[in-house]
Amino acid sequence: MTRSLIYSLTFHSVMILLTIVSLPFMLREPIDLPPIVSLELIQISDKTMIPYAPKARKIIEETKKKEEERLVSEQAPPSAKAKEKPDRIPLPNEKKEEKKIVKKKQNPEEIKPEIRQSSEFEKKEIVDTNQIAALIDKAKEEEAVKQKKTDKITQSSQKNSFATGLTLSEEDALRAQIFGCWSVPLGLPYDEDFLVRIKLNLKKDGTILKSEILDHQRMNRPGQKFYKVLAESALRAVRLCQPLKVPPTGYDKWKEIQLNFNPTEMLRG
Amino acid sequence: MKKLILIFLLNIFLINKSYALIEVDITRGNLDPLPIAVSPLHVDIKSENYQDIKIKELGNNISEIIENNFRATGLFNPLKKEAFVQKPDIAHLKPRFEDWRLIKAQALVTGKLLIKDGKLKVEFRLWDLAATKEMTALAFTTTPSNWRRVAHIISDKIYERLTGEDGYFDTRIIYVAESGPKNQRIKKLAIMDQDGAKTKYLTLGNELVLTPRFNPTNQMVTYMSYFRNMPRVYLLDIETGTQEVVGNFPGMTFAPRFSPDGKKIVMSFAKDGNSDIYTMDLETRVVERISNHSSIDTSPSFSPDGKFIAFNSDRSGLQQIYVMRSDGSGVKRITFGNGIYGTPVWSPRGDLIAFTKMRKGRFYIGVMRIDGTGERLLTENYYQEAPSWSPNGRVLVFYRETKAGPKGEGFSAKLWSIDITGYNEKQLKTETDASDPSWSSLLTK
Repeated sequence: MTRSLIYSLTFHSVMILLTIVSLPFMLREPIDLPPIVSLELIQISDKTMIPYAPKARKIIEETKKKEEERLVSEQAPPSAKAKEKPDRIPLPNEKKEEKKIVKKKQNPEEIKPEIRQSSEFEKKEIVDTNQIAALIDKAKEEEAVKQKKTDKITQSSQKNSFATGLTLSEEDALRAQIFGCWSVPLGLPYDEDFLVRIKLNLKKDGTILKSEILDHQRMNRPGQKFYKVLAESALRAVRLCQPLKVPPTGYDKWKEIQLNFNPTEMLRG
Repeated sequence: MKKLILIFLLNIFLINKSYALIEVDITRGNLDPLPIAVSPLHVDIKSENYQDIKIKELGNNISEIIENNFRATGLFNPLKKEAFVQKPDIAHLKPRFEDWRLIKAQALVTGKLLIKDGKLKVEFRLWDLAATKEMTALAFTTTPSNWRRVAHIISDKIYERLTGEDGYFDTRIIYVAESGPKNQRIKKLAIMDQDGAKTKYLTLGNELVLTPRFNPTNQMVTYMSYFRNMPRVYLLDIETGTQEVVGNFPGMTFAPRFSPDGKKIVMSFAKDGNSDIYTMDLETRVVERISNHSSIDTSPSFSPDGKFIAFNSDRSGLQQIYVMRSDGSGVKRITFGNGIYGTPVWSPRGDLIAFTKMRKGRFYIGVMRIDGTGERLLTENYYQEAPSWSPNGRVLVFYRETKAGPKGEGFSAKLWSIDITGYNEKQLKTETDASDPSWSSLLTK
């Protein structure tokens, strides 16, 4: 009796241990994050307005000093002109540009008739309150549609990052690469549903170690000529595309990948 | 016991971490024609001379016909031969795939031919350059004068292997060859290969001929001509040249077409301003009236299974397309769009009906589903009509006339073809002006 109890306990504990070790959701490993891409934020003026940069710096430094002084002398009355001052001091060439724009506006010959028409149209729209209301409604609708779309994207990206192990941009890059390589057989009937699933074993550099059509038995069945042609075209696309654009990290996650080729939507137009 | 524990421990440490398989959906691709390299066929040095055939050029000529066939489909892009890096004989044995991939080819055709003892033997191979493997290989033996047909048959086999649907290259087109001024046209029956080669004239042009149609075996042709100044339906055996008037009708018969099994002819018979649809059994010569209405019913066309007939009728006022069972029951109007509809032709696949539509003085060739839905107008012009299907149901051939001046100058009639997608519209080469085309089925199956 005690012997069997010991056996039972040992087996059960082993099973629990096995579950902890093998099932992915039980793993307490840190999440394999993609490498952080560091971006250096540069002031546009630093690059594009090099000749004026020293002057600008002087001006900025001077204004900073003034502000500091202002802060120090708390008792000093607030000057009315200070409010009118812009937050950022305009740079010399910006001023020039402004002048240019003014010139253009003043020159009637330079205004294209199309531009003039559009401006008149805009004026009319502004006057008509009903149209404004309609526009607001439309804007609301558009906003809602946009919101829906973004919701969808975020949902799918979440699905991707958790379920597939590829981020949305990584998946898009791979998809775009294969789009370019896949010559879809144009003779396929447009009213049938075709789905070719190809499982790939990849090397770290994205080249193909092994490719397998998951429903390869269907290829040799009678009356499945179109499926065979489609499967071959898909396989050709994958081979022509290699090395595939795969992420630099997380090899364990994408070393096996399944591509689902379905041209139905495209053939129906 | 110790062993058992050891096995379990080993299992624990050797078990791999499992992840969900990544799936990526590919729903779009490249719609450009498939780049294909057709290497000239290698001519075996043991080949003997045969009549006026230039043996040295034969390999090149066959490959050119294959290339032209592929280019005409719009689905393939045959690559220029100047870019080829491997000699035809070596390529046929074992191509250097990487060299062919370098010129962006995805498929390669190689071949070899030999003329010996008055027989031409042609073999070809189709290679998948990405998969580095042979896709198909066949050999044909025939009389050397048949070399053009061999090129068409090879084209069909490759087309079938790469697209999954039957080819249409080893086929012929029968049409009405026209010559002379517009008001005094001489019209002869003519037959040619689908690529415009090997034209033969079947009638002398003494009588007006119209609407020739092949039967399914391509041996017989039915058409309309004049017998004692009365339009009548004729039957012509292409091989023997014998012709006869179909049936003994006391009036005008026109718009004939064969049934899918080739045993019957369906046509219109007009008397006292009313025309109805009749069939005649070619074996028993029994005539059967199919439609019975006071309106003008004409242009009948059988469905490929022979169960239905599409025709046009003006019973609703304007000419529209109707479908009925082959015994004349269950008549149903299928077109309701603006304009006049005519010349319905059932697709060999059975899923579509091609038609001519006239609206606001313009003519359209279009296709629609057999219930009249999904109408798609493929091409529009000043005057065009009489669509006929390629045997695989992918391409339509029709004729188009140009506007003539007051004295008939500038008038021409030409054959044109268009893909059912509405792309790849092109004029067919004919020796003379041409109208009323009919596409045969495949000569070899």
